[in-house]
Amino acid sequence: MCLALPMKLLSRSGDWGIGEIGGVRRQVMLTLTPEANVGQYVIVHTGYAIEILDEDEAERTMDLLDKIGAMES
Amino acid sequence: MSAGSAYRNPHLMRKVANEIKRLRIDRPIRLMEVCGGHTEAIYRFALRDLLPDWIELTSGPGCPVCVTPNGFIDHAVALARLSGVTIATFGDLVRVPGSTQSLAQIRARGGDVRVFYSPMDALYWTRQHPERTVVFLGIGFETTACTIAAVVQECARDGPANFRMLSALKTMPCALAALLSAPDVHIDGLILPGHVTTVTGMADFQFIAHRFAVPCVVSGFEPLDLMETILMLCRQINEGRAKVENQYLRVVRSEGNLHAQKAISRVFKSCDMEWRGFGSISLSGLSLADEFSYLDATHIQVEVEPIREHPGCRCGEVLRGVCRPDDCALFATACTPEEPCGACMVSSEGACAAVYHFAPVADER
Repeated sequence: MCLALPMKLLSRSGDWGIGEIGGVRRQVMLTLTPEANVGQYVIVHTGYAIEILDEDEAERTMDLLDKIGAMES
Repeated sequence: MSAGSAYRNPHLMRKVANEIKRLRIDRPIRLMEVCGGHTEAIYRFALRDLLPDWIELTSGPGCPVCVTPNGFIDHAVALARLSGVTIATFGDLVRVPGSTQSLAQIRARGGDVRVFYSPMDALYWTRQHPERTVVFLGIGFETTACTIAAVVQECARDGPANFRMLSALKTMPCALAALLSAPDVHIDGLILPGHVTTVTGMADFQFIAHRFAVPCVVSGFEPLDLMETILMLCRQINEGRAKVENQYLRVVRSEGNLHAQKAISRVFKSCDMEWRGFGSISLSGLSLADEFSYLDATHIQVEVEPIREHPGCRCGEVLRGVCRPDDCALFATACTPEEPCGACMVSSEGACAAVYHFAPVADER
């Protein structure tokens, strides 16, 4: 139920925009994330963007995970 | 990366798994997830197979459909019997058995039960059908509550006048406190729900770690997210710490989504709420605030049948993590996803459905 997917925001017009994931596009309400900009990824749950994905943090997480093996060997 | 594919990298998965094994905690530990999305991911990606045998993973009350009690389904079924009423709901709820009937069965007999992906879609449909009284079934946790709050505000602003809501919305922190207070429940670490926390922020969960001395980690939903979360929980256990940590940094801000919190606190007020498996938990639910109470579907006069539980169904115990799905005598015999007896077999996020679909047949059944 709390399933939410990252969609790339392709356009916005006031309170709503168009999001895309895997070639699928649909209307995304932006009432709860008024700061979302076109080009950013938003986390979409039941048609509403509930947060903006932080791509820098995503990269940092992957870097940290990559280092786990290095510490071990 | 943003779509998540990097979080399924098998090479990194093995690295994290080896790091977990290296910790060699010298006693069995039980970690509980309290989000249906986590339940499904753990089974779908067979994460148990990567973990050492001293780690036991168990599911808690994290699937909103599963924790919705029979009484709520019965109320919705009774409303669906009224001429002029349309029930608008998320898809998972339709097949959940009530005391004698599900919404799917009422629909088969002519009831108007419609499935919507978004509460906003339900509001659009309501505007196009002014002749119907549309009752939206509000189920879910904070993640969903904020989206329904946004729709209620939209409805209060621009109509339509024929939209109503029946709320079984629940809040997670009080439920976790009730769970950890139960004498038959023993948990060494909690995998916190990433999208609930996206809305609420981390502070609402600090008292859990504090009061119950249970390590907590907010987790994302990809297999690598969950493996890293398990590693972080094991490290806390190893070092004797009990803190709320955040693995899902790319989405969860420590203060949460303030717009979403504001929408919830404006539209709803806390109330006692009935949970399958727990009974009523004080202040664990959300009902419409006085300003919006004219939208409350409980004002519609209707006779609801007395509550009956399915004999033999152990969903309540499954939801408290004290019984495994396949401990239930009905599992995969009388109760299957095609013909479910209990709610946990209906939703793909339910623990029984996840075990049914993904667990190896030979050793699990």
